[in-house]
Amino acid sequence: MKVLVPVKRVIDYNVKVRVKADGGGVDLANVKMSMNPFDEIAVEEAIRLKEAGTVTEIIAVSIGVKQNQETLRTALAMGADRAILIIAADDVHTDIEPLAVAKLLKAVADEEQPGLILLGKQAIDNDMNATGQMLSALLGWSQATFASELSIDDNFATVTREVDGGLQTIKAKMPAIVTVDLRLNEPRYASLPNIMKAKRKQLDEKTPADLGVDITPRLTIIKTTEPSERKAGIIVADVAELIQKLKDEAGVL
Amino acid sequence: MAVLVLAEVNGAELSLDQTAKTVTAVASLGDVTVLCASSGCAGAAEAAAKIEGVAKVLCADDAAYGNGLAEPIADLIVSLAGDYDYIVAPATTDGKNILPRVAALLDVMVISEVTTIVSADTFERPIYAGNAIQTVQSSDAKKVMSIRTTGFEAAPETGSASVETINAVANPGLSEWVEDRVQTSDRPELTSAKIVVSGGRGVGSKENFAIIEQLADKLGAAVGASRAAVDSGYAPNDWQVGQTGKVVAPDLYIAIGISGAIQHLAGMKDSKVIVAINKDEEAPIFQVADYGLVADLFDAVPALNDALG
Ligand SMILES: Cc1cc2nc3c(=O)[nH]c(=O)nc-3n(C[C@H](O)[C@H](O)[C@H](O)COP(=O)(O)OP(=O)(O)OC[C@H]3O[C@@H](n4cnc5c(N)ncnc54)[C@H](O)[C@@H]3O)c2cc1C
Ligand SMILES: Nc1ncnc2c1ncn2[C@@H]1O[C@H](COP(=O)(O)O)[C@@H](O)[C@H]1O
Repeated sequence: MKVLVPVKRVIDYNVKVRVKADGGGVDLANVKMSMNPFDEIAVEEAIRLKEAGTVTEIIAVSIGVKQNQETLRTALAMGADRAILIIAADDVHTDIEPLAVAKLLKAVADEEQPGLILLGKQAIDNDMNATGQMLSALLGWSQATFASELSIDDNFATVTREVDGGLQTIKAKMPAIVTVDLRLNEPRYASLPNIMKAKRKQLDEKTPADLGVDITPRLTIIKTTEPSERKAGIIVADVAELIQKLKDEAGVL
Repeated sequence: MAVLVLAEVNGAELSLDQTAKTVTAVASLGDVTVLCASSGCAGAAEAAAKIEGVAKVLCADDAAYGNGLAEPIADLIVSLAGDYDYIVAPATTDGKNILPRVAALLDVMVISEVTTIVSADTFERPIYAGNAIQTVQSSDAKKVMSIRTTGFEAAPETGSASVETINAVANPGLSEWVEDRVQTSDRPELTSAKIVVSGGRGVGSKENFAIIEQLADKLGAAVGASRAAVDSGYAPNDWQVGQTGKVVAPDLYIAIGISGAIQHLAGMKDSKVIVAINKDEEAPIFQVADYGLVADLFDAVPALNDALG
């Protein structure tokens, strides 16, 4: 079984985000970029499935700018077999909407015929939490989101999902879309020899036009602003003062 | 304009708070119809009919809708979509599971975690873990969006909408429910509690978390946790507050042994009053706290418990 793993290049989760003063968005020039943390978990899960003999080939796919090559090389160094880059923008500030990403991924899935697609539950830049569900709708496949445990047999993916009430287990018919949550696994680091090897792995480039997909955005970004800042308050001396302040000053006790 | 709100139904019970806050958020957009889809949803539908501002409640009672599975509920919503300009749900795990599927089936974008409705087609939503606020204008004929409910008051229970029973649509049978492992507790719900007491990695163990829970119970509060505390097994996953957990905005949030990573702040920085207890005076949580106490939590929390009697 082939597995497809879409990986997004995003601002590194440790970087403090700076909103441009003109309302034009978040400053991504000269900022450390990394693979979306959820997608690292998806790649790791695919590798574990391959190690267990369930999966035969792992194809990493990224959509965005030319520089997404780096993200795909990371996936290849971790253990993906080959990669597909869909160049859909030339400015790193252009974010491709989940609907367009899902349409591009559907086109790739139609060509590659994977048995499973593992995505992150959410991209930490746009915080949309949508692409997997949309792709699943477009393919007419089952969907299992927010996975913290996954096992695969011929007919079903059995998935434990992290939901608001606790945990839910469902069986999703294969082929399935699974979006992964943080507690599914701990992704490995790529070793130096594997990083070297990854440079020689196959990385194909395509465009949305090659795949016949219209990626015109449906949402126009009018402006991007800083949230109102919270100011630091005071340091209290002890528990007694804390209780007094909460009662008399804040009025919350 | 007509608005369809997918009610938050857990089991057969309406989550009144999430649903009523969503109704408040969308009231300016048009006539609100609430859809209750579950197994045995009559009670939930009746409860939804009491939400002020609701014009009509649709009750789709079928085993296929009993466990929140996305595929059958999305198909049901799509079958109704012709009558509505907006399809909306609270940004719960159910809402976020179902709505993007609906949007793709309708060939429109989904707009996740809307915090402000600026006009009929323009909305604000946080991005980058709440470090930026984006204003987006939708060109889609139908708007499908989830609402971050923390910024809205719940509509009161003074309404009396009519309830209409509707038929289920064909179940695509793509997935099956196996089991729910749900924590039941007498504490208030995390997302609607007036006070939240959260513990982080500093708490050190599952056993130690008892002092956090004890403080919560003294205050009639819900218990929250950082991702590190959940990952370490000190607390269950549904207590996680943050960018990828729950978003809360109580009157009082007490962060104990939590450093204040941006992903955690994303879930609590709109709380009215924030208290931080941490032994490291440099911890970033103090930059957002109204009241900081630099102390060992194993001294401070028992002292708080004693002082509160
Ligand atoms: C993609 C992604 C998503 C994430 N989503 C979330 C999320 O939704 N929610 C979330 O919380 N995190 C999330 N994180 C993790 C986040 O980055 C931090 O790692 C996490 O919040 C740290 O938890 P913590 O503050 O409990 O632990 P730490 O950062 O280890 O802090 C522990 C604190 O406890 C203090 N302490 C230790 N002992 C004591 C004592 N005896 N008395 C008093 N204080 C003490 C220390 O001084 C320290 O400040 C996410 C990370 C990623 C990459
Ligand atoms: N541009 C992209 N390239 C590759 N994968 C993507 C892209 N955008 C989204 N994804 C995938 O979809 C998941 C959810 O993203 P989102 O719906 O944007 O929150 C991510 O974790 C990725 O697995």
